[in-house]
Amino acid sequence: MTSSHTPRPDRIRISGGRVIDPASKVDEVLDVYIAEGSIAAVGAAPEGFAAEREIDAAGRVVCPGLVDLCARTREPGQEYKATIASESLAAAAGGITTLCCPPDTRPVVETPADIELIRLRAEAAGKTRIVTLGALTRGLKGEYLSEMAALKKAGCVGVSNALRPLANTLVLRRALEYAATFDLTVFLYPNDHWLSANGCAHEGKVATRMGLPGIPEAAETAAIARDLALIEQTGVRAHFCRLSTGRAAHMVARAQFDGLPVTADVAIPYLYLTEIDVRGFDSHCHVIPPLRTTEDRQRLRDAVQRGIFSAICSDHQPHEPDAKLRPFPSTEPGISGLDSLLPLGLRLVDEGVMELGDVIHRLTAGPAQILGLSCGTLAPGSSADICIFDPDMTWQLDASTMRSHGHNTPFTGWEMKGRVTHTLLAGRVVHLL
Amino acid sequence: MRNSLQLDDQGRLRHFLCIEGLNYPLLTDILDTAESFAGVTEQSVKKVPLLRGKTIVNLFFEASTRTRTTFELAAKRLSADVLNINITQSSTVKGETLLDTLRNLEAMHIDMFVVRHADSGAAHFIASHVAPHVSVINAGDGRHAHPTQALLDMFTIRRVKGADFGRLRVAIVGDVLHSRVARSQIHALNLLNTGDIRIVAPRTLVPAHADALGVHVYHDLEAGIEGADVIIMLRLQRERMQGALLPSEHEYYELFGVTEEKLAAAGPDVTIMHPGPINRGVEMDSEVADGPRSVILEQVTHGIAVRMAVMSMAMHRREEARA
Repeated sequence: MTSSHTPRPDRIRISGGRVIDPASKVDEVLDVYIAEGSIAAVGAAPEGFAAEREIDAAGRVVCPGLVDLCARTREPGQEYKATIASESLAAAAGGITTLCCPPDTRPVVETPADIELIRLRAEAAGKTRIVTLGALTRGLKGEYLSEMAALKKAGCVGVSNALRPLANTLVLRRALEYAATFDLTVFLYPNDHWLSANGCAHEGKVATRMGLPGIPEAAETAAIARDLALIEQTGVRAHFCRLSTGRAAHMVARAQFDGLPVTADVAIPYLYLTEIDVRGFDSHCHVIPPLRTTEDRQRLRDAVQRGIFSAICSDHQPHEPDAKLRPFPSTEPGISGLDSLLPLGLRLVDEGVMELGDVIHRLTAGPAQILGLSCGTLAPGSSADICIFDPDMTWQLDASTMRSHGHNTPFTGWEMKGRVTHTLLAGRVVHLL
Repeated sequence: MRNSLQLDDQGRLRHFLCIEGLNYPLLTDILDTAESFAGVTEQSVKKVPLLRGKTIVNLFFEASTRTRTTFELAAKRLSADVLNINITQSSTVKGETLLDTLRNLEAMHIDMFVVRHADSGAAHFIASHVAPHVSVINAGDGRHAHPTQALLDMFTIRRVKGADFGRLRVAIVGDVLHSRVARSQIHALNLLNTGDIRIVAPRTLVPAHADALGVHVYHDLEAGIEGADVIIMLRLQRERMQGALLPSEHEYYELFGVTEEKLAAAGPDVTIMHPGPINRGVEMDSEVADGPRSVILEQVTHGIAVRMAVMSMAMHRREEARA
């Protein structure tokens, strides 16, 4: 393992940076002290602390390493798209120290051995921590329950059927009840597969004009309504993944107001792109759920700002070039997003959507809490997973210089502001600009 | 982006992909050029040497008889060499990607592809990946566009009703949701400043936000065709029953099938059109299809002249074509 033969400096001082740790409600220029892979102190040096390494963070922001709720590394099974090693590098370069992978690998994550394989490969890469969701149903086929107790014991952070449908509502109900038995969070992708069948774009003005088979808003809202009824009945803790419509955000807000144990997230492309970007048949804008209207985008932004969505994720889906080199409806959906997660997040501050501290919360403590992990904070005693970035450095996203193995992004040519200069994982520098 | 893809920097046709992005002068120019070719197709020697030495490939990923045949005839009457490739039964079945198929054909020094594909946007995709000297003509992509069909329809309307579309009421009846023909017709009718464009269909066959296309939506046939100068019927596919879009052909015929009786609601000189092939007794009665107001067979004839115009113009032989 890389970590074993890379000497780990025991004691590091990160000095002079603006420390933003939403979990501890800290936002001021402070020094951060690291010892033995953990945060020793923030502010005053612990007694007798002698740093072996100093990182000058003047003019930079020091925040917890980012926690990405959804990123596909494509391993095991689709190594021609990307690997755990390649995507770990991209994550570290993007300041991301924890990745959560959905279970739809090949084979799917449904046994302790599958979880172990991913954990070992991630440790070998040594650049980021990878946690996994286990399959909600066997083979994600939506028919039989997976062995959730075993999955939990092996370390999965939740269960999900990813983008696959369940055979019927009874299977879903039983799966939620069984997950609740073991206090597992269920990650739901609200999508009525009958309503969205064969669709590849938002059912609206643009799809009508372009003759693209549409996915109606109701594909998302009908599924959420059903799920909420079952969540209420079963008492399971549930998380709604990748919401795309304003109405869905409203439904989640209502459920939260009513005291249901539900959280939700949005993937960052949905805070910038809309159905209009599909014009010209740009296959890089082919995503599931589809990009919706400008009004939806505004309501998603409001929901993130208000904390109805407590996490923003990359929904990273790296592809080989051929996957996008087809007529639009036949291309594979998804955007390679690790490289642009932080800069696009910071852009929300520039566009006046939310405060910097809130953006960092949605990228660190927010998702960590959803996953039930202790990371995402700089509180003394936590693992020293740290992202240091220069908030003023501007750069242009260029597909050819992306760290991810997948170069499929609609953000090519965008002017980005903010660049990661250092990433630390358990006190070890895993990325240095 | 679309404009730059199908037009060159002087605004001339480079590819012909969709009606959107064209302008009024260019559209009328194509129709005028088609008019000059209509003479050629009526002569006993039906050839002009405009595209002699050029090789045109009809690349059809979807079955078609009428469109492919008229494209083939149009190319032959321009003296081009024509190759018909039916991909539904060849390469893609063997796993070759669309781009590989394209590259292989390009290596044979093809000058023009006439493409039909089941995916919306397929012609745009091909046009953005071919070599610079190759032209692409869209012969139908998914539900998106079938621009030569729309042009031959406009050509037919112009011949019958005159060039002033502003005083016309045109009703398009049938499955607009799945129809690339309807989308292209609507854009063309709008570009020609048609006075009143209507679509008539049950809600299940009308796309979301159809009014944004610049049409008035009707769900009752007699109200929709009231005072119409032109009625364009669309073909109804059998699989629409399986998709729960319609209960039965019978009920569709009862409500939306055009009969002589229902035609009383339309204008006295109404013209009946259909892109073919017709389902007699579903979209319309034989009496209507074969009646004096029907121009369905003229549409087919005009298809050749319009396609000759588009092909020759896209090959930058426009000036010679007009001479």
